[in-house]
Amino acid sequence: MLGKTANGLYWMYRLLERAENTSRLIETGQRIALTSLDSGEEEWRSVLQSAGSLGQFEINRDELTKDNAIDWLLRDRANPSSVLSCIETARQNARLVRTALTNEVWEATNAAYMSARQMLARKVAERDLPGVLGAMRQSTSLVRGMTHGTMLRNNIYNFTRLGTFIERADCTARIMDVKYYVLLPSASAVGTSLDNVQWETILRSVSARGGFRMEYGAGAGRREIAQFLILDKRMPRSLAFCVGKLSDNLRYLQSGMMHPGPAQLKAQTIERTYLSHDVDAVFDFGLHEYIGTFLRLLAELSGQIETDFRFYE
Amino acid sequence: MEKSPIFDEMWGREERLRAPYQRFHDWFDGEDSRRLWAKQREAEELFRLTGITFNVYGRAEADERLIPFDIIPRIISDREWSRVTRGIEQRIRAINAFLHDIYHGQEILKAGRIPREMISTNSAFEPRMLGVTPPGGIYTHIVGIDLVRTGPDEFFVLEDNARTPSGVSYMLENRETMLQMFPELFSQNRVRDVQSYPTDLRQSLADCAPAKTEGTPVVAVLTPGIYNSAYFEHAFLADQMSVELVEGHDLRVVDGRVAMRTIHGYKPIDVLYRRVDDDFLDPLNFNLDSQLGIPGIMDVYRAGGISIANAPGTGIADDKAIYSYMPDIVEFYTGERPILRNVPTWRCSEPDQLSYVLDNLKDLVVKEVHGSGGYGMLIGPAATKKELAAFRRKLKARPGHYIAQPTLSLSTVPIFAQKGLSPRHVDLRPFGLVSPGRIKVTPGGLTRVALKKGSLVVNSSQGGGTKDTWILED
Repeated sequence: MLGKTANGLYWMYRLLERAENTSRLIETGQRIALTSLDSGEEEWRSVLQSAGSLGQFEINRDELTKDNAIDWLLRDRANPSSVLSCIETARQNARLVRTALTNEVWEATNAAYMSARQMLARKVAERDLPGVLGAMRQSTSLVRGMTHGTMLRNNIYNFTRLGTFIERADCTARIMDVKYYVLLPSASAVGTSLDNVQWETILRSVSARGGFRMEYGAGAGRREIAQFLILDKRMPRSLAFCVGKLSDNLRYLQSGMMHPGPAQLKAQTIERTYLSHDVDAVFDFGLHEYIGTFLRLLAELSGQIETDFRFYE
Repeated sequence: MEKSPIFDEMWGREERLRAPYQRFHDWFDGEDSRRLWAKQREAEELFRLTGITFNVYGRAEADERLIPFDIIPRIISDREWSRVTRGIEQRIRAINAFLHDIYHGQEILKAGRIPREMISTNSAFEPRMLGVTPPGGIYTHIVGIDLVRTGPDEFFVLEDNARTPSGVSYMLENRETMLQMFPELFSQNRVRDVQSYPTDLRQSLADCAPAKTEGTPVVAVLTPGIYNSAYFEHAFLADQMSVELVEGHDLRVVDGRVAMRTIHGYKPIDVLYRRVDDDFLDPLNFNLDSQLGIPGIMDVYRAGGISIANAPGTGIADDKAIYSYMPDIVEFYTGERPILRNVPTWRCSEPDQLSYVLDNLKDLVVKEVHGSGGYGMLIGPAATKKELAAFRRKLKARPGHYIAQPTLSLSTVPIFAQKGLSPRHVDLRPFGLVSPGRIKVTPGGLTRVALKKGSLVVNSSQGGGTKDTWILED
């Protein structure tokens, strides 16, 4: 496979994952805004932070309002991480790697692009928002479904997975990075009602409310949430799950080679050093420092993947 | 009944249904036009979803557009086709012999059949190819011959495309679409297969691999990139052949071979099906400003380290100025009379021919020698007085840049229009694959149709559409 193709696949799936994550963040923000009594400006600020685009937002938009935040995250082309930008660029990458994709995957990607272009051509009215977000998530999910159902399990597939899980781990970690303080142990054993709202926001942002209740029960609190999002290998958006997948796929890519590659070693190190302890060790290390370190290591891993597989030169 | 001057491929000149269309006609009669309209829309949806688009140059945003597809097939009998095939094969043999001669002994110039300056002053002539023999002796691995028809057995060659002919993906996708939408038509008619083209292409390219090849030849398609107007076709062909689609920056010369950057290092390529122009092939040898090429590829080529399809310098054979000499070229190299006729052509570079052209401008089509895509041409009968005057000035200023041809009464084929079937002018581009000792012409080709009533311009950039082209088995 060409290095350029690996690069295109990696970014195509990163961006599809990002489109999905961003739309989920919007959905969560909107839900919180509807159920809380204050202006919700703080909430939108943290949504923008979680999406990693608060800085860009402040440069491009005058005022932090709900409408502004949603429009920016959903369809502003000046925002490379808006749902529309992500889907457009993912499709551009798909064209670049067209020969590596099955017809089904290509057509699903193209269909996602066509519906995004159509539905996001104009500002989305509040009453249409749930429908539009749902449609966006559904159309990107279809690409993922087609990928699972029709693509060979070979190195092409491995790069689609690397892109997906780097992005997903990054998103989960950023959500925690922004909201880490609500997960810190406090004097009171039981969460206040404000805590409960914040915890629910975090869980919704990773589509994990139901799964969490199922596994940990109604009385569970901050410690369990941290455990769930960081270390639980059953949870498909947890850091441990994502890094495990990264490590697996890097191992497949290196099979037949004499030695594990540098990226593979990096992934193994993250797994061994940061994801093999229990959650108390994370709190002892300091939750905020831990997430910061993880994000840095993940960025390094991404850079190493680019180098190992000759994405650029 | 009065005879029409225009030959319609379905109805002839006298409104009598022609044999190849018999079954189709019976089927069409039984169809509900609302269902057909739905099918027409379905076809467009299919094309859009598959992403069969072309990019339009010269627009602010690289716009992707569909080439309109018409659901009424163009049908040609096997008997009509076999003569066309022989004519194309003959022409391709002559073109390859001509190219070899021009870059070696230049016998045809010595024999005085073509004036020497037609070659020496021609920008399509590539001096770097002098004395170079491509692997297998093949210059034009893929050829598209543009044909127009004026009667049951009157086919004329309008243009030879010996550089990088495009359009084959439309031929294939048009058939795919028809198979999907009207399977019953293919049970009722025995239509010859075009779908093996990608397999044939790969085989044909592999057969032209250079001597340095080890094991199964590695083939790759070289594209200028996703912004090129034909990118869809490049990706499509690479995909269908299961070979890599590369750009210049994926390639470099390593140990005397051209190699592509894979995820595990550089891997040599044996045959490069390039879809970039000569000028953008090798910045060291051709165009220093090019970002698209592979520095040093020409040195590897001359040393027999890679096969380039089509060979550099083949443009001298499909140049519009050379076109007028094609009947001589065919005779000179094959010793046979040309099976396919040329459209009579006046070379404006010659004073007496120029004066004829100037006197008869309103009846002629004038083309730029180096133009393509239907740009920069004049269709006399359709032009205004002002346009004619402007062109007269151009002709006088630079006569060598133009050729002129009579306006042929091109055949028509029905399209599906508001009021049912309605005739439109068409041309045809069949494709030939060339490997040592073998020329394979795909039964069919790309039919381009001028969708505007009465229009003779079929180019997609000028509002033309396409049709599926059927060759019926006898």
